[in-house]
Amino acid sequence: MSAVTTLLPPQAPPPAPVRPYTLSRFVGSVALGIWLALTVGIFLTVVNGWDPAKFSRYAPNYLSGLGVTLLLVALSITLGAVVSLPLAFARMSTNRFLSWPAYAYVYFFRGTPLLTQLFLVYYGLGSFSAELKAIGLWGFFRDAWNCALLTFTLNTAAYQAEILRGAIESVPRGQHEGAASLGLPQRVTFFKIILPQALIVALRPYGNEIILMIKGSAIVSIVTVFDLMGETRRAFSRTFDYQTYLWAALLYLMIVELMRNVWAWIEARLTRHLKR
Amino acid sequence: MSGFFSAIAEAVSAILGFIDPLCGPAGVFRWFAEGTLLACGDAGWGDEIAIGFLVTASLAVATLPLGLLIGFFIALAKQSPERSLRLAADIYTTIFRGLPELLTLFIVYYGLQILVQNLLSALGYEQAIEINAFVAGMIALGVVFSAYCSEVLLSAFRAIPHGQYEAGYALGLHHGRTMGLIIVPQLVRIALPGLGNLWMALLKDTALVSVIGLSDILRQTGIAARVTKEAFLFYGIACGLFLVLSFLSSIVFSMIEARVQRSEARR
Repeated sequence: MSAVTTLLPPQAPPPAPVRPYTLSRFVGSVALGIWLALTVGIFLTVVNGWDPAKFSRYAPNYLSGLGVTLLLVALSITLGAVVSLPLAFARMSTNRFLSWPAYAYVYFFRGTPLLTQLFLVYYGLGSFSAELKAIGLWGFFRDAWNCALLTFTLNTAAYQAEILRGAIESVPRGQHEGAASLGLPQRVTFFKIILPQALIVALRPYGNEIILMIKGSAIVSIVTVFDLMGETRRAFSRTFDYQTYLWAALLYLMIVELMRNVWAWIEARLTRHLKR
Repeated sequence: MSGFFSAIAEAVSAILGFIDPLCGPAGVFRWFAEGTLLACGDAGWGDEIAIGFLVTASLAVATLPLGLLIGFFIALAKQSPERSLRLAADIYTTIFRGLPELLTLFIVYYGLQILVQNLLSALGYEQAIEINAFVAGMIALGVVFSAYCSEVLLSAFRAIPHGQYEAGYALGLHHGRTMGLIIVPQLVRIALPGLGNLWMALLKDTALVSVIGLSDILRQTGIAARVTKEAFLFYGIACGLFLVLSFLSSIVFSMIEARVQRSEARR
C-alpha cells in the first residue's frame, strides 16, 4: 500500500511557441517602415520649410476655402435630396412617359464625369448668353459658384434618386399589404411605414454619397471657384511649395474621416432597435 | 532595331486608324459630319477628338491591370494573420480613399517630379525632369482604383468558405495552386459586379487628367470649344463620348458576367 506523501510543486506553463519569422511578417515590417519613413519625411519637410509669413498669409485662405467646400457640399446635398424625391418616383412609375425621361436623366448624370457636366454648364451655357440675358438668367449663370452648385445638385440628385429607389424597393411587399389590410391610406402608408424602413437601408449609401461629393467638389477649383482645392492651387502657384498640397491632403483626410466616423455613429444610433 | 520598332509603331497606328470609331474608314464623323465643325482632317475637329477618345480609352485600359494587381495584393495583406501587414494595408486604403482624386493626381504629378529630380541630382545628374502626364495619370488613378478594389476583393474573399481552401490542400495542391485553381475563379464571380462599378468610376475619373495636360477627350474638346466658341456643342460631344464608353463597357461587363457564371449551378 503506497500513499502519496509529497505533492509535485506546481509547474510553470510550457513556453509559448516562437512565432516563426514568415515572409508576410517581413513584408509587413517593410511596408510599415515605408509609411513611417514617409511620415517622418513629410514632417521634416514641413518643419524645414516652415515659414511663419507663408503660414499667416495662407492659413486664413485655407480656412475660407474649407468653408466654401463644406457650404457647397451641404447645399448641393440638401437641394439634391429635394430634387431626387420626385425623380425617384418618376423612375418607379409605371407610366412610360414618366419613367423613361427619369431613366435618361439618371443615366446621363451617372454615365458622364462630373467635370464634363460642370464644363457643359459653366462654359457650354455661356454660348447661349444672349438667350439667357433675354430671359434674365444670365446673372445666375455668369457666376462659377452658381454653376457649380447647379451641376452638383443635378448630379447628386441622380445618384440620390437611385439610392432612394433601391431603398424603397427593398422594403418587402408584405409591409404594403399589412398597411392596406389595416385600412391605412396610401399617403400614411408611405410616410409612416415604407419611408422609415427605406431610409434605414439608404443610410449607408447616403453617407457614401456625401463623402463622394466632398471629394468630388475639389474639381470646382478648375472653374475658378476658390474652395479648399482652389486655395491650394493658388498658394502653390504663388509659392511653388509642395507643402501646400500636403496641407490640403491633411484637411481633406480629416474631413472625410470625421464624416465617416460621425456617420457610423449616427447609423449605429438609428439602428439600435434592430440589434439583437 | 529602331527600324523594327518604328515599323511596329506604324503598324499599330495603321490598325488604330482603321478601327477608329470616329474618323476611321467606318467612322461616325467621316460619314455624318463632313463639312461641319466635326469633319476629319484639317477642316474640322473630328480627328483631334478621335485622338482624345483613344487617349482616354487607353488610359483607362492601361490603369485597370495596374489597379487590379495592386488591389489584389492589398486585399491579401488585409486578411493576413500578420498585424503589421494589415495595419500597413489599412493605412493605404484610408489615405487613398479619403483624398480627392484630383488632389492625388496633383500630388503624384508634382511629387514624382520632385522625387525623381532629387534622386537624379543625388546621383549627380542635373537636368530638368518632366514626368509624362500619361504615366502620372496612370499611377494616380491606379492607386485610387486599387484602394477601392482591395475592399471589393476583400469582401469577396470573405464570401468564400474556408472549406474551399481546405479542400484544395486535401487534394495536395500547394498554396499558390489552390489560389489560382480554386479561389480566384470563385473570387472573380463574386467580385465582378463591384469591379464593374469601379471600372465605371475609373472611366469617369480619367477626365481629370486633362487638368495636368494630357490630351484626352475633355482637353481636346475644350481646345475646340475655345477656338470655335461652340462650347455647348463640344462639351456635349464630350459627354456623349463618355456615355458611349460607359454604355460599351456595361455591355462588355454583362457578357463577362454571363461567361463567368456559366458554371454556376441553377437553383
